[in-house]
Amino acid sequence: MEGYLNLFVKSIFIENMIFAYFLGMCSYLAVSKTVKTAVGLGFAVIFVLAITVPINFLLDTYLLDSGALAWLNPRYADLDLSFLSFIMFIAVIASMVQLVEMIVEKFAPALYGALGIFLPLIAVNCAILGGSLFMQQKDFSGVVESAVYGLGSGIGWLLAIVAIAAIREKITYSNVPAPLRGLGITFIITGLMALGFMSFMGIKI
Amino acid sequence: MKKNQSTIDKAPMILFVNKEKEPLFSKKNRKLLYDPMDDNNPITVQVLGICSALAITVQLKPALVMSISVMVVMAASNVIISLLRDLIPNRIRIIVQLVVVAAMVILVDQVLRAYAYDVSKELSIFIGLIITNCIVMGRLEAFALGNGVWRSFLDGIGNAAGYGLILVIVAFFRELLGSGKLFGFQVIPDVIYEMGYVNNGLMLLSPMALITVGILIWIQRSRNRTLIEKN
Repeated sequence: MEGYLNLFVKSIFIENMIFAYFLGMCSYLAVSKTVKTAVGLGFAVIFVLAITVPINFLLDTYLLDSGALAWLNPRYADLDLSFLSFIMFIAVIASMVQLVEMIVEKFAPALYGALGIFLPLIAVNCAILGGSLFMQQKDFSGVVESAVYGLGSGIGWLLAIVAIAAIREKITYSNVPAPLRGLGITFIITGLMALGFMSFMGIKI
Repeated sequence: MKKNQSTIDKAPMILFVNKEKEPLFSKKNRKLLYDPMDDNNPITVQVLGICSALAITVQLKPALVMSISVMVVMAASNVIISLLRDLIPNRIRIIVQLVVVAAMVILVDQVLRAYAYDVSKELSIFIGLIITNCIVMGRLEAFALGNGVWRSFLDGIGNAAGYGLILVIVAFFRELLGSGKLFGFQVIPDVIYEMGYVNNGLMLLSPMALITVGILIWIQRSRNRTLIEKN
């Protein structure tokens, strides 16, 4: 239990998808103009991450990893299909995103209108694929652990995008040098926020 | 959707005209190559593909390997999608694009593992993340789906070069100021260290990558004022 909590806090703050690894920056920059859309996209990302990481974990352990196919037939014990992992992961992600898109369109049409093009783009959000690839790299011991990791990194992403959206809403009223307006200042603020998040680095639970 | 359809319908004609009248490197085609380097740069202007641009720029070598890999993947997948553009049903185009790009990335990843294992270890998951690099998908969606093969190829090379340019510039400053080296060789002489110069360790950390790109954008937009955003 303690291990899960530790992993959860770590994936939100210390290994934050945006501030530590810059994953999902494209949609982070493009959808962070207002808090409302940022929250919507953030929850979509949490949902997709929390589902795809455990599914991909199962795929990885029971199909792709070296010797993973041994449960099927002892003859396959020395097969290593891990080179197929990119294509498998992205297929799972793309189909999950399609599902989320349909759910949002049906139950929250206003949100669907606001998110517009960015919903299908979750499929190509680096944070989602990055979550699965980190999961593969970290060698988690079970489904629960990978689900906790997926959920935590999703929440970390939501935190980051909502924070920057709130700052950007305020910054429209300030006098930023003209060439720095928009994209430039957003980058610099993100850099400063990342500096702030580095102070979580020493935390141990 | 409709607009997309009409460009696809016209596309074979563009290819045809291209073959008949235009030389391979006509002015328009050269523009496809040069434009993304400066005024239409994928990172600083189109805001695509930033994820990987920042994480691997601590040193020059991985940055260079990364930009070459992106160039190979982009050129190849642009050509393939452009060849297939009349056959792909509109509804499933994203999945088709993802599969093509993923196949290309697997090839690049396997080649890197075979011939440059240490660099491939250093890039860790970021080679895999080329699949979801918005530049690749963005250019497939915006260009290769509606243009001929040769033009798509040039567009892929051009955009990857623009991306690589920013990567190399950022990596240059981060490696030089952060560890006093370029490509792993020390360039700042020992004399300066003896005089009290200290490497700026902050440049090696992730926040400085963001701030460096921010400053690059600042410089570019103050040179070309038409790019300035109006809130």
